[in-house]
This record gives sequence, structure tokens and C-alpha cells, in this order.
Amino acid sequence: MYALEVSNLKKTYANGVEALKGVSLNVEEGDFFALLGPNGAGKSTLIGIISSLVNTSSGDVSVFGTSVQQQRSKAMSHIGLVPQELNFNQFERPLEIIVNQAGYYGISRKVATVRAEKYLRQLQLWEKHDKPSRLLSGGMKRRLMIARAMVNEPRLLILDEPTAGVDIEIRRSMWEFIREINDNGTTVILTTHYLEEAEELCRNIAIIDHGEIVQNTDMKSLLATLDIETFVLDIRDPVTALPEVEDVEFKMRDETTIEASLPKRTSLNVLFSALDSAGMQVLSMRNKANRLEELFLRLVEKGTMT
Amino acid sequence: MSARVNWTGYKTIVHKEVTRILRIWAQTVVPPAITMTLYFVIFGNLIGRRIGDMGGFDYMQFIVPGLIMMSVITSSYGNMVSSFFGAKFGRHIEELLISPLPNWVILAGYVTGALARGMMVGLVVMIISLFFTRVEIQHPLIMVSVLLMTSIVFAMAGMVNAIFANKFDDIAIVPTFILTPLTYLGGVFYSISLLPEFWQKVSVFNPILYMVNGFRYGILGVSDVDITYAYAIMGVFGILLASTCLYLLHRGIGLRS
Repeated sequence: MYALEVSNLKKTYANGVEALKGVSLNVEEGDFFALLGPNGAGKSTLIGIISSLVNTSSGDVSVFGTSVQQQRSKAMSHIGLVPQELNFNQFERPLEIIVNQAGYYGISRKVATVRAEKYLRQLQLWEKHDKPSRLLSGGMKRRLMIARAMVNEPRLLILDEPTAGVDIEIRRSMWEFIREINDNGTTVILTTHYLEEAEELCRNIAIIDHGEIVQNTDMKSLLATLDIETFVLDIRDPVTALPEVEDVEFKMRDETTIEASLPKRTSLNVLFSALDSAGMQVLSMRNKANRLEELFLRLVEKGTMT
Repeated sequence: MSARVNWTGYKTIVHKEVTRILRIWAQTVVPPAITMTLYFVIFGNLIGRRIGDMGGFDYMQFIVPGLIMMSVITSSYGNMVSSFFGAKFGRHIEELLISPLPNWVILAGYVTGALARGMMVGLVVMIISLFFTRVEIQHPLIMVSVLLMTSIVFAMAGMVNAIFANKFDDIAIVPTFILTPLTYLGGVFYSISLLPEFWQKVSVFNPILYMVNGFRYGILGVSDVDITYAYAIMGVFGILLASTCLYLLHRGIGLRS
């Protein structure tokens, strides 16, 4: 059984905007799935339909075999949602918010309080549990929404840009938390603009653009299609002119840092010879970390994503 | 969904609503208490002494049921419309919309919250009235049933208003231009027998007249209208509004895109 089955899903809003044009995709149980796409691609509409916040125009969505359209209540009992926008009562306190949310899933206050403490502690928010939530920082508010989404211990956790605006340290601790949840069997669907995050965490990926799925594969296969590698090179002296080498594309980052992109089949010796001939001494070299971002941008630039 | 989930969900909504009412007690309970005290002092005491008897009671006694009912109507409606629209505006209504709770549980929870505020305010106004006059309750069951039904009807009317409202101005229009005039013209301060015949005939189309008189009958034992009509009208409005609320929640109008 799939955790999520979306079949030929279409959504046209009242203003005529066609947000989804027949989206179909399946997410395996236990998967860590990335749903990527540029702004306005239809990601949030798709998530809205899965979580029943948006009505469909046509098509079906099933969560663990239960149709969201036919058996909404049962389907919703499997889902935990962390939305993109803050959507909790800012006058309430974190503990109160989470315990109330649990109540909507039929969880008693006693059990909910224990679970709320567990998740607030795991997300390093327990010391704020009794403070008005409007006083929390942006990162804390996002973590509060994750704790709230976990209180019903969902089988499918949907995270819509959960780390937007969160500093790298907190972001990494959130990754650990979400990875642990996935390791314990929860299926996770993640949308993010930090493609490094998707590459780090997700096993399968769908890319959506203009309301259509343009890529749906596993992360390894997708990254394998990237035949160009980019290296970042630190040069001893300020660079005045970039060398010209066949198959290698150079880009200046700053006066002593350059990027070199070359096909995987091209020997690195070619690169170093060219740099040596141009009188550039390389102090250090590293692989540009975010391969997925590179691929994503190439797809967009080449107009593959129509 | 199981009855246990629905029951726990219902209790949670009520708990959340009552907590909200008590947290902002200075906005929810105190203002009607002050307003009604002024009504008792000015209309009941100062002006009422010159008016004399009405319906066989002194004027202060006559307006007690009307003022209690007026504050219950305003509070029940106001609680629903401000709480539900606030949740919609702040998007935390989504906490409920993504939950497994069926729409009737959401409606029942919010209506009970509004009922709780209506009863709290009604009780406070009743206690205040004891500082000005004494009344002997004639039909306690009628008094309580009319009060509860009225509160439920106006709570549901408040939900319809909140669902269609897009901005805070929209939740002030109905109370200002419809609810307040109908309440003032609904026999709170006078018996319709004092009105010219034409206005008596117009008044019978005002549903609040039946609610106020039904409640007055419960307390004082006198009414301008047949009490059976009061129950019938509240029943019909109750069914119509409950159906409307459930339909709107089901379609997600104003709530789901």
C-alpha cells in the first residue's frame, strides 16, 4: 500500500488559475520524499488538497488507501501537517496549542500533555512551553508547528518549507529530528527551497512546475544525470582574467575565488594545466556541495521544465 | 470516526473556547455587566419611576427579562463571530480543518462555547438585577429552555456571519445594522400593546420579540405573544441555521480554497 497516491489531480481556482494540470504520483510507505518546484509551481496547492484545506477540481488522493475525498476523517487521522505559513493562535502558549491539537484527534489531555512535553523537549522548546507563542522567535515558531504536527503521531508527515528563515544550526538539528522520525517509520514529504536539504534527507523526488510533474524518480538516479561537476578553487593572487579551456566553464566568485564547471569525463589535469599556464596558483579546491541545486537550475535554464 | 474521538474533540473545542472567554474576561464579561448596570440605573430606576406599571409589574421588573435576553443574544452572537472569524483570519481554524473531526462536532463545539459565554453574561446580569429589584420566577423550565434555545440560535447566526466575513468590518455590520435594532424593537423596554396597531403588526415579524417575550413569560408569567409561537420560531430558526452552517462547513465556503 502506498502512503500517498495522487491520481490525475486537477485544480482550477475560482479566479481561473489552473494550479494543477493532472498531477499523478505515488509515495511509498516509509519514504522520505522531496516535492520540489519553483514558486507558484503548485506544491502548496497539492499539499493543501492532500490535507483537505483545498478542494479538488477533479482527480483522487488517497492516504494509506483511504480517499481524502470519500473518507476525509479517516484519511486525516493519518496526516500531520507543517504548513508554510504560521497558523497557530499567537495568543496561546505552546503547550496549550499542542495539547488542543491532540484533542482534535481524540487524544486525551493527559496523554497529549506527555507527548507535547516529549516533542517540545526534542525540539528544544520546552523552556518556552508556558510563554505566549507570539514571543517566540521565527525558528521557534517553526519548530512549534513541527511539534504540533507530531502530537497525533501521524503515519504521513508533510512539511511545507519547514526550515524557511531558520539559521543553519537550528536547521541541522531539525533535520536530525525529522530523519529520526522517518527512521521510526513515519513517511515524510518535504518541500523546501534549500535543495541541499532535499539532497541530504530525501530518497525520492518529484519536481513540479506549472502544475505538472516534470521529474519523478529516486534521488540517486536524478543526481546521476548530472554529468557536469563544479569545483570551487581558492587562488593565491587576485584573478585578473579567466583562462579559456575547451569544455570548462569558469566563473568568478570574488577576486581570489573562481568556480570551474567541467564534464565528468574531462580530466582534472586539463583544468590544472590551464590554471598553471595562466599563472594561477591553487591554494585549495572543493566540490560545490549542492549538486541538486545545480541540476535544478540547469533544468530550468535549459527550458526542460515547461 | 469513533464516538470517543468526536467526544474528545468536542470537549477540546469547548475547553479552548471557555479558556479564551475567561482569559479575556475584561472584554467578554465586564462590558455587558457595565452596560446593563447603566440600563438598570437610567431606564429602570430614573426613568422607570415616572413610567409606572407595565404588564402588571413595575417598570424595573418588566425590563429585567428583556435586558438579560439582550445581553445573552449579543454575547452568544459576538462570541461566535469574533472567535470563529479570529480563527479564520489568524488561520488557526486550519488546525480543525485538517483534523479528523466531522463538521457537526466543530459546529457543536463552537456553539457550546458561545452558549457558555451567553450563560455567563446572563447570570452576571441577573445577579446585577438583584441589586435593583426582586422577581419571582414563574416558569423556570420555560425560562431556561428559551434562554438556551435563543443563545444557540444566535451562536449559529454568528457562525454564518463569520464564515462569510472577509475582514473585521464585516463582523460588525450585522450586529450594528440588524441585531441591535431588532433587539431594541423586540419588546425589551416595552410591551407591544403600547404601540399603534400598525407597528404592532410590523413587530410580529421580528423573531426577537418572541424570544424576549418567551423569556419574560418564564420569569414574570406575562407575554405579548403566544409562547408556543416562541418555541416554534426558535425551532425553525435553529434547524435552518444548523443546516446552513453544516452546508457551509461541508462545502468549505470561506474556509477551504
